[in-house]
Amino acid sequence: VVVPLNGRLAGTPGGAEGAGADGGERAGGGEAPPPAAPGPFVERRTTPRLGSDTGLPAAPATYDPALERVEVDLLLEGVYRHYGFDFRGYAYASLRRRIWKRIHAEGLASVSALQAQVLHDATALERLLDDLSVNVTAMFRDPAFWAAFRARVVPVLRTYPFFRIWHAGCSTGEEVYAMAILLEEEGLYDRARVYATDMNERVLRRARTGIFPLERMKEYTENYLRAGGAAEFSGYYTAGYDGARFNPALLRNVVFAQHNLVTDRSFSEFNAILCRNVLIYFDKALQARVHRLCYDSLATFGVLALGSRETLRFSTHEECFEPLAPAERIYRKVR
Amino acid sequence: VTPAAAGGEAVVVVGASWGGLHAVSTILRGLAADHRAPLVLVQHRSREAEGLLARLLQDVTALEVCEVDDKQAVLPGHVYVAPPDYHLLVEAGEEGPHFTLSTDGPVRYSRPSIDVTMVSAAEAYGPRALAVVCTGANDDGARGARRVVDRGGAALVQDPATAEVRTMPEAACRLLAGAPRPRWDVAPLDQLGARISRAARAVLRGEAGVRGAAA
Repeated sequence: VVVPLNGRLAGTPGGAEGAGADGGERAGGGEAPPPAAPGPFVERRTTPRLGSDTGLPAAPATYDPALERVEVDLLLEGVYRHYGFDFRGYAYASLRRRIWKRIHAEGLASVSALQAQVLHDATALERLLDDLSVNVTAMFRDPAFWAAFRARVVPVLRTYPFFRIWHAGCSTGEEVYAMAILLEEEGLYDRARVYATDMNERVLRRARTGIFPLERMKEYTENYLRAGGAAEFSGYYTAGYDGARFNPALLRNVVFAQHNLVTDRSFSEFNAILCRNVLIYFDKALQARVHRLCYDSLATFGVLALGSRETLRFSTHEECFEPLAPAERIYRKVR
Repeated sequence: VTPAAAGGEAVVVVGASWGGLHAVSTILRGLAADHRAPLVLVQHRSREAEGLLARLLQDVTALEVCEVDDKQAVLPGHVYVAPPDYHLLVEAGEEGPHFTLSTDGPVRYSRPSIDVTMVSAAEAYGPRALAVVCTGANDDGARGARRVVDRGGAALVQDPATAEVRTMPEAACRLLAGAPRPRWDVAPLDQLGARISRAARAVLRGEAGVRGAAA
């Protein structure tokens, strides 16, 4: 059903697992095990980080901002035309920060140098892709949202004999597992089909493993309890050497699939869409496109859940929705 | 050129950590009665603290205080509070300056990071950015304030002797030490608000720096 991405990464050898190679901005430690056979690309990860200041990725103070903008536009155009990944509508301030993080990590000194590297070396593109597309999240992030979902959305879902949920931009899958746990506890999970999509095939592979860093379980447990969880959170995973391994039965009604919100179309009709802290990385025009995509993908009275500081207020589709839980940014399609 | 796209307005980024509520309340009370430049507050706090800080600050100022939503416009007459657990960036959009949020990892344990917001303000506003570093028990804000000054803007640091915790303003002073005066200065807490308003007015007149002379 899912329209495949028009990028060319799927068959790249070795996988060059770039996640975590950036010195700790991501939760490290319990990531999926790396691909079995380290290919010739693995060595590249030891690239020196000349002049890097990973805590504060930015152009040098002497870098001409107007020239930087030109170079960033050229980089994005090149990536789009050569690989098919379209970052041209991303919000500039956060995009630039992520690009400079990659420039420092590659030991380079200019956006143009990164452009050359990325266009001539698909593994460098993979590393950039991780920097630009992996969104850091947590299980039951914003417990108030999950509590509101239980209180306001679950009763609606209960009225359906069967329903579909779409996690758009699911990244490494934390919220997908949270949703499965919530639906299981509400006795609704066997009526549900959960579609979890992301543009980045490699984060989907990690999501499928169901392994998350052990050191985050304390935070997740607190979130879970504050979100209204009534069971023992540790009952959902077993601790192992490689991290907390979540019960594979939680995935029995989940379909992970590659889908790009920027370039792909609607692929089904859903009763609820979660798209949380994904649109913050897009500019207003691209946000409007994705709002439209969500609208087109929702059944009447379908629910749209955004991140806790995202809003439909500046959107062209505001009129088509009414707030179901306004403080938690849960909306319902009404026309 | 990009910085000009932010328009003629100045922007003030105030960074505060431990002891920040008292410091920021004092600053807001001290702003000039006609102060209009948007003030962006990055205060370290817990993930659950949503909403409370903005409500407390609204009690001490006539400016409109709000917690920022993604893509919200940056307008005069407002105090914008960085939401917990996001980085807050400003950008110079074609339709005027606005905010962008990010959930990228904490920067040296902080999200929001004061440095991240100040760097984005330096890039978007150039000489019209003003960085203010207040009390705190870490060194966040130092590199951001330096970047604002290096991009032609100005910085004010709370006099460490008047700070609940002096670590953060001291770190900012160390990093700003090499930068030319009067592009940055140190001021006691009870004068910071007035100094901010004066510096923001100077920006609108096209003057650089944070000269201490009485208004």
